[in-house]
Amino acid sequence: MVRRMVLPVAAAAAFILLLAAVQRLLMPKYMDGVYEGRLVAEYYSEEKFHDVIFIGDCELYENVSPAALWEGFGIPSYIRGSAQQLVWQSYYLLEETLQYETPGVVVFSVLAMMYDTPQSEAYNRLHADGMRLSPQKLKTVGASMTEGEAWITYLLPLLRYHDRWRELSRADLAYFWGGRRVSHNGFMVRADVRPAGPMPVPPKLPDYRFGENAYAYLDKIADLCEQNGAVLLLVKAPSLYPHWYEPWDGQMAEYAAARGLEYLNLLALSDEIGLDFQTDTYNGGLHLNVWGAEKLSAYLGPFLRERYALPDRRGEDAALDARWAAKLAAYQAQKDAQRREIEEHGKIVTAFFAD
Amino acid sequence: MDEIIAILSSLHPEIDAASCEELADGGVIDSFDIVSIIAEVRERFDVTLTAAHILPEHFNSARALWALVEGLMD
Amino acid sequence: MLFTSYTFLLFLAVVLTACWLCPPRFRWRLTLAASVVFYAWLGWSSLAYLAVTVALAYVAGRLMGRLHAQREAFLSASADRPREERRAYSKRNEAARRRVLAACLTLILGALLAVKYTAWAVGGANALFGTGLAAPRLLMPMGVSFFTFQTAGYLIDVYRGAVKAERGAARLALFCSFFPQMVQGPISRWGDLSQTLFSADKINSGDFFAGIQRIVLGFFKKLVIADRLLAAVRTVTADPETYHGAYAALGILLYAVTLYADFTGGIDIALGAARAMGVRLAENFDRPFAAASAAEYWRRWHITMGTWFRDYLFYPLSASRPLTRLSRWARGKNAAAGRRVPVYAATLTVWLATGAWHGASWNFWVWGLANGLVIVLSEECAPLYKRFHARFGLGKTAAYRAFAVVRTFCLMSLIRSLDIYDGVGTTFRAIGSIVTRFDAGNVINGGFSALGLTAGDAAVAAGAVLVLLVWGRRGRDGTRETSAALQTALTLALLMVTLVFGAYGPGYDAGQFIYNRF
Repeated sequence: MVRRMVLPVAAAAAFILLLAAVQRLLMPKYMDGVYEGRLVAEYYSEEKFHDVIFIGDCELYENVSPAALWEGFGIPSYIRGSAQQLVWQSYYLLEETLQYETPGVVVFSVLAMMYDTPQSEAYNRLHADGMRLSPQKLKTVGASMTEGEAWITYLLPLLRYHDRWRELSRADLAYFWGGRRVSHNGFMVRADVRPAGPMPVPPKLPDYRFGENAYAYLDKIADLCEQNGAVLLLVKAPSLYPHWYEPWDGQMAEYAAARGLEYLNLLALSDEIGLDFQTDTYNGGLHLNVWGAEKLSAYLGPFLRERYALPDRRGEDAALDARWAAKLAAYQAQKDAQRREIEEHGKIVTAFFAD
Repeated sequence: MDEIIAILSSLHPEIDAASCEELADGGVIDSFDIVSIIAEVRERFDVTLTAAHILPEHFNSARALWALVEGLMD
Repeated sequence: MLFTSYTFLLFLAVVLTACWLCPPRFRWRLTLAASVVFYAWLGWSSLAYLAVTVALAYVAGRLMGRLHAQREAFLSASADRPREERRAYSKRNEAARRRVLAACLTLILGALLAVKYTAWAVGGANALFGTGLAAPRLLMPMGVSFFTFQTAGYLIDVYRGAVKAERGAARLALFCSFFPQMVQGPISRWGDLSQTLFSADKINSGDFFAGIQRIVLGFFKKLVIADRLLAAVRTVTADPETYHGAYAALGILLYAVTLYADFTGGIDIALGAARAMGVRLAENFDRPFAAASAAEYWRRWHITMGTWFRDYLFYPLSASRPLTRLSRWARGKNAAAGRRVPVYAATLTVWLATGAWHGASWNFWVWGLANGLVIVLSEECAPLYKRFHARFGLGKTAAYRAFAVVRTFCLMSLIRSLDIYDGVGTTFRAIGSIVTRFDAGNVINGGFSALGLTAGDAAVAAGAVLVLLVWGRRGRDGTRETSAALQTALTLALLMVTLVFGAYGPGYDAGQFIYNRF
């Protein structure tokens, strides 16, 4: 009996090993342009001790600098975000994060409320491929799939990426065992400047009510924070585009009031924060650059400390200090490297990595 | 029986239809002949051979064919 | 539910596991339940259509079964009666059976005709009379041609007394609906399939793994070769003006490979799935491209369809009163030619019917006629060949055999091109362009990339065809027993290759099995 099982078991093991290797080889490494694809995965290798968890889309991971929040105010924080992260994706990602740690404050970026239905396969992949296998991953995939997507391709991404044999590059081999870091606690550094020009006139919308699905998941986010003893702060980040309509702002203010939450429209506070969209954005006002993000963090830090009585963790624990010292050094190094490249070439050439 | 031999001989005058034992297996009778045989059998015996009867063992000899036809006359 | 959908794979995995775990004597009921689920998945109306077909076949079968029994009883009780009386009874009995058969066949074949031909007929009438009739939207259940023919075969066998009428309605339902053969065939016979379909033996692990292997091979053919090349074939046939001459020849060649891979792949999946459930389905292919004549080709390609038409149409037709009369009359005129006339008439009729079965379009009528004519003509020329070969001693050489194989392949490929071009005229113009303006330069300059195939695609397809050739040789080489370890390794390797190099997922059409249109 035992001998009869040897062959099938050995064959199955060898096959699974080969499958895993081939899959790893063929999956996109996100090391040559679409760096956002790494964001979700980077969290897992972190020491999970954060007082603030930011959860949302590019309006957070390009606009808020956790390094600055630590350096200036001793707030350990992390941004769990990905490109065009939809409300239900944020919800499940938060649910997953809460399996690892319990932050005092959760900051949610409300721009995603504008989407009520699954949007694009590409963004779904950027978001979910990085997630570890968990009930949350399965649920977020189920809630996000667009027409023609198959659930199983998230369990076995080879089914999705097998055709990349056509475009295998040196990077796929070089980063076979793992890519480089692209974020500092979920924040992506950009030190270049492209001033905002005149914005296109925002189109009139047929209906300014946010969708039911979006609201349902926002409710779930609020409930989840409540159950876990975390305070939920809703923010609209200071990005000029997509346009944040007046009625949208009203709805969020109403919602926050009804649920007893705080809602902060940071876009409206741009002047108070000291943002200058001539110098503090790297792509014409869509996202802040690192200088803008540091200004925003300098505003958010005191707000968070005072409003939610967050402690200053600096000097509290030698290990924590050491970890953050290393983070700050890497953060500084990337800023310096980018600045050098901008001076030499007029743009960032290689300094996209955080390590 | 004699009539069967007559049918076979008219199709293949070159063989001894009365004694040959492997008309079908030996390739003497081909699919063209089968249709002719069915036609003749129907005409002379009022017996209809159907597709289910088209098996080599029924066409290998005059005797086998006669046995088939006689069986069907009931 | 197509074979190449995740849903089908999941469904199959669940069914196979269940079959494996289920007590053997309940297994056939489980397969029936699975088949019902499979059909219900396609839509309740499809399931209803199938259910009505089964119900009709069951009732008709039982009626004919009872008539058989009455005849036996009468004959054994009346052994001493005069032969004429016995004969007259048998004839009445047969006539009654024939009425039952005819009624049931009319219903199920009529329904098949209606679902396949209504839209075409209405369209034709509109074109002919300038009317603007709207074609009713009729449901076309998947595999309707296959299960209708399979059921019809059962009925004819019962009528003939070749098989006994099945008393269990559920068992007959399983025979008619067994899900692996619903997508692309094969067309099974009650006498064959019932041997293993209701088996109460434990599934043999050898069968199980052989079945899985066959499924993997099927997916390899289908995904790596067929679905990759299909788009290129469609590029050629959608724009025959641009892709004329050498491109048309290339397209027709690629279609031969594509259809072969698609159809035999689908059959591999069906046979493999069945075998893993302990059921043996009839083989449908026997290296068709090795055929040295059209007739041989049709004994090797889509075998179960060919034998169906042979047994249930060609033979009865040949034995029918009009053709036997024709036979006698023609032989009266000229003995040598006369004996061939009725067979040729039957051949051409059968081929027209085969064309009609394939689909509602003139292309298939012409396709059927062309196949029939080629077979008749080669039969007519056979003596000529024989004399020619005798004179020059070529007939038995390997080179001549190779020539005949290539000739047959080309001929059948040309006829097959009626499948893919839109309209008979277009097909003939495309074939004509191969002769009149070959323009080899187009292909040399444009190559495969003009057909949407990269060098990588071409290499993968070529490599895969090579793998098939080697794989086929290995399979035929009965002398060399491959060890279980090697077989497992090869199968897993093939699976891996299919996973990586299969043409599926975003960027590829979820190309339907070409043959489930029929």
